[in-house]
Parts: sequence; structure tokens; C-alpha cells
Amino acid sequence: MARRVTHRVLFASVIAILSLLPLLNVNRAILNWVFLVLLYAAVAQSWNLLGGFGGQVNLGHAAFFGLGALVTRMLWLGGVPLAVALLGGTAAATTMGVLVGVPALRLRGPYLAIGTLAVAEILRITVDNALPELSSLPAVSLATYTIIPRYYLALLLTAIVTMAAWWLTRSRFGYGLAAVREDEGVAEAIGVNAFRHKLATFILSSFFAGIGGGVFAYYHVSFYPSFGFNPLWTFDPVLITYLGGVGTVWGPLIGAVFFLALREALAPGWERCIWLVFGVLFIAVVLALPGGMMEAARNLLRRPDSGLTSP
Amino acid sequence: MTILLQNTIFGVLVGGLYGLAAMGLSLVFGVLKMLNVAHGELIMLGGYVGFWLFTLWKIDPFASLLPSAIVLFLAGILLYQVLFSRLIYFPEETKIKNSILIGFGLALVVQTLAILAWKADERAITTPYAGAIFSIGGVVVPLARLGALGVAFLALGGLHLFLHRTLPGKAIRATAEDVEAASLAGIPVPAVFLGAFGLGSALAGIAGTLVSMTDAISPAIGLSWTLKALIVVVLSGLGNVFGTFVAGLFLGVAESMSGFFLGNAYREVMGLVLFLFVLSLRPQGLFTRG
Repeated sequence: MARRVTHRVLFASVIAILSLLPLLNVNRAILNWVFLVLLYAAVAQSWNLLGGFGGQVNLGHAAFFGLGALVTRMLWLGGVPLAVALLGGTAAATTMGVLVGVPALRLRGPYLAIGTLAVAEILRITVDNALPELSSLPAVSLATYTIIPRYYLALLLTAIVTMAAWWLTRSRFGYGLAAVREDEGVAEAIGVNAFRHKLATFILSSFFAGIGGGVFAYYHVSFYPSFGFNPLWTFDPVLITYLGGVGTVWGPLIGAVFFLALREALAPGWERCIWLVFGVLFIAVVLALPGGMMEAARNLLRRPDSGLTSP
Repeated sequence: MTILLQNTIFGVLVGGLYGLAAMGLSLVFGVLKMLNVAHGELIMLGGYVGFWLFTLWKIDPFASLLPSAIVLFLAGILLYQVLFSRLIYFPEETKIKNSILIGFGLALVVQTLAILAWKADERAITTPYAGAIFSIGGVVVPLARLGALGVAFLALGGLHLFLHRTLPGKAIRATAEDVEAASLAGIPVPAVFLGAFGLGSALAGIAGTLVSMTDAISPAIGLSWTLKALIVVVLSGLGNVFGTFVAGLFLGVAESMSGFFLGNAYREVMGLVLFLFVLSLRPQGLFTRG
């Protein structure tokens, strides 16, 4: 119980500090960097909902992020109010989640990974073919562009998706999902409908990924419409989640800070090698430290004499 | 009518490569219950073997097939020993999941290494017979692509003979059928896993060299070949090695038709539609009984 309160206080103070940050007249570059941390944390957390708490591998998160970005951008630049545009982008991403989730999640095995990867790649190739033009903000909105509303939108999204993850750790639905992750057969035997739990979580996950894409579309000055479908929008969130700690509430947040700090540190002249470093790091985490930094921290904090009691 | 027939022919010619690309992936999944999503990157490496042998020593791509298969066999052995062998004692679901994650990271690593070594440029080779065609009744058949289809068919036949007529092949099939029973019958299961992974990679090498002969290659082509192979594998049924060839032809023709009717920008969409249909209505695959 005490731990739960500590977590709540910690979470509330992080949010409070971050929401005061723009008022402190900090450097724009820093604000921009924190925005990216928040966006990556939110997208990673949205992957974590299904990948971590549900144990199902989605290899095409970029499909939902990209759809959210594409549709939001087209509506918004087409003159629709931002809130409605975001809603449209999110609806598109969520619909695609249903379309892929219903057939793929009925089956066990690698079908979800294959299906999501296929959707993301086919959308990327098709959007690249059909909409090859760069999408840029018109000069009018460029003149009034500020990072602050983007920043608060990203902060709000990260806070909500983190609360969704936290809800999965302590609700009846979340326990059912955990049972499905540990053993689908046993979960079914004790009366948990595995398909419904997986599907609902997948829809939630694609919903948040869609909003993430929408926030990206609102933030970025100019990008190719197919950019949101780039496989890196799958790889980065998965890497962040595993680095921080898959299936934990704090993992994607810690992972995002680490990922963007490392990317910043390696950036000058090392653009290519970054992906080599990240790829090797990811494989190493999956093989050697599947719980990521959260597990490492727990191992360090645990007193040696109490080592036997923890699972 | 002729143009429809022409599209079908092209679909079949490309589809043979799809089938070959999927064969190795399907073999590895059937035997090891691991899905190597870096399979397309192995195809890309096979393409570069063909490219460099031709560019440096003027070796014909058809003659490069064997060296390419050997190089990729060894690469597969290395990857298995360093990475995938660590997963064999996990329960099946965990094994599938972790192999997918490792393959995903591996794909990024291999692609980045290829860019560092050979730059991101597209490369192509021009064989003396590159433009050679023959035509029957107004329908054009490029010889190089026909040759590639022939090789894919031979590879299928060779794999069939190997799996059904030789002792190692039978050991591979027995292991795919039931690991525990195979192990009890005295089959060295770890060696079979190693061999099957190497064989699957060698097939990727052959596919890649054929690709280098007919298309431009670059370090980035891996993922799109993985995509084709995965769709084919689902169409034919997971682990059904021989169905993959037919499913490959089927996907090739379907894509070609959707390119023809919907416009070339949307040719990939057909693969997705087929995929979702098969997954919903016949998840065991089109070419698997039961």
C-alpha cells in the first residue's frame, strides 16, 4: 500500500514539474527534446499495453502511428479544427487495429506479428506510391508556430496512456490479461476470454498509437506522408520498452529518456552507427536482461539476504 | 486479352521468387518453431554475393548460386550459434516471440552493416543476356526471369528429394513432426536445428542471387522480401514448405493482377487483402489439408 502511494506521489510530481517547465523560460531546444521524450514514451507505452502486459508481439506499430499521423495531417491542413482532425486520425488507426486484430488474435503463434508487420509495410509502400509529395505547413501557420501547445498535448497523452498502463496492473481486466500472457490455455480454463482481452488491449494500443501519430503530425513542420509508417516507428518504441522494462508502468518512460539521451549523445557524425548500437543493444536486452532497466534496478536494490523471497 | 496473359506471365515469374524466398523461412519455422524476420536481410546478403562476384570477377549469377548458398549457409550457422540457439529450450510460445524480437533487432543490425560496408545506393548487374526475351503470340518472356523461375523450381525439387530420400532430410522432417519423439529415436536434435537453420539461410542466399540478376538491390530491400515471404507462408500454411512455391506463384499473379486493375501504386494492397482473408477464413493455409 505504501508503495502504491509512493508511486502516485512520484507520478504526480513528475507531471507537475513537466507542466511547469514551459513557464520557466527554458531553452527551446530543451523543450523540444522533452517533447520528443514524451512522444516516444507515449508511443512506447502504447506498444507496452499489448506487448508488455498482454505478451503479444506487434511488429507493425508504425501502421497505427502512421495512419494517425497521415489522417490527422490531411484533415488538419485541409481546414478541419485540430481536435476533430486528431479524432479522425485516431479513428483511422483504431479501425485498422480492429481489422487486423480480429483475424490475427483468434490464433495463437506468430500471426499477430506477421499481420501487423504486413499491414505496416504495405501501407508504407502504398502511401509512398500514392502520396509522394512532401507535406509542409503553410507559411501562415509557420509564422505562429510554437512548441508549447504541442508540448502540453504530448504531456497529456503520456499521462493518460501511463494511467492506462497503471490501470492494467491493478484492475480485474488487467489480471485477466496477465493470465492470458502467462498461459492462454490456463486463462481460458479459469474463465478468461483470451480473445476478447487481447483484442480490447490491441484496440486500446492502436488507439493511443494513433493519437501519438496525430500529435506528431501537429508537431512536425514538414514530412513525407509515408514517414509515419517507417519501420523505425515500430522499432524505436519496442526498443524503448525493452530497455526500460517490458510490462512495467515506468519502463517506457525511463527507456525513452535513455534512448533520446543516447541518440543525442551519438548524433554528430554517427547517424548510421546509432542503429547498429541500438540493434545490438536490443538483442542483448532480449537475450540477457529481458526485464530491462527496471529489472536491473530491482536486482541492485534488493538486499542480498532477502534474495530468496522474490520471484 | 494478350495484356492480361502478359501480366499473368510476369506474375508467375516474380511469384517463383516469392515462393523461393518463403521456402527457407517456412523450413526454419517448421523445424525450429522460430520465425526469423531477418530472413529478407539474408536474401539481401545473397544478392550482394551475386553482385560482387559478377562485378569483381565477371562470374555469371547462375554460377554464383552455389557460392552464395555456401556463404549464406555459413552465415546462418553463425547466427544460429550466436543468437537463436539460446532459445531452443524455451516453451513454444516464448520461443516464437523471442525469435521474432531477435530477428527484428538482427534485421536492423544487418541492414546497417550493409549500408556501412556497401553504401545505401541501389546496385544492379547487367548480364550479357539481361535484355534477352522470347515471345509467343505477342506475349514476352524475359529469359533471365524464366531462368530464375527454373532455379526456384529446381531448388524446390532438390529440397523435396533431400527431405524425403536422405537420412539427414528424414531427421529434419521427424524433428519438425515431434521434437521429443525424434530425440527419443536417437536423432541429434541440436544438430538438426543447426542444419535446418543453415539450410534455410542457404535457400535465402539462392533467392537473393536470383534477385540480384533481375532487380536492383540495396541494403534496404530486406524488409520487403521478409514481407513477401511472410505473406506467402501464411497463404500456404505455416511450416508447409512445399505449399510455399504454389502460394508464391499465387501471390505473384494476384499482385500483378491488382497492379493491372487498380494501378501500379496499389499492387501491394492485394497481398494484404489476401492475407487477411486467408487468416479469417482458412488460417491453416490454402495448401494445407485439414
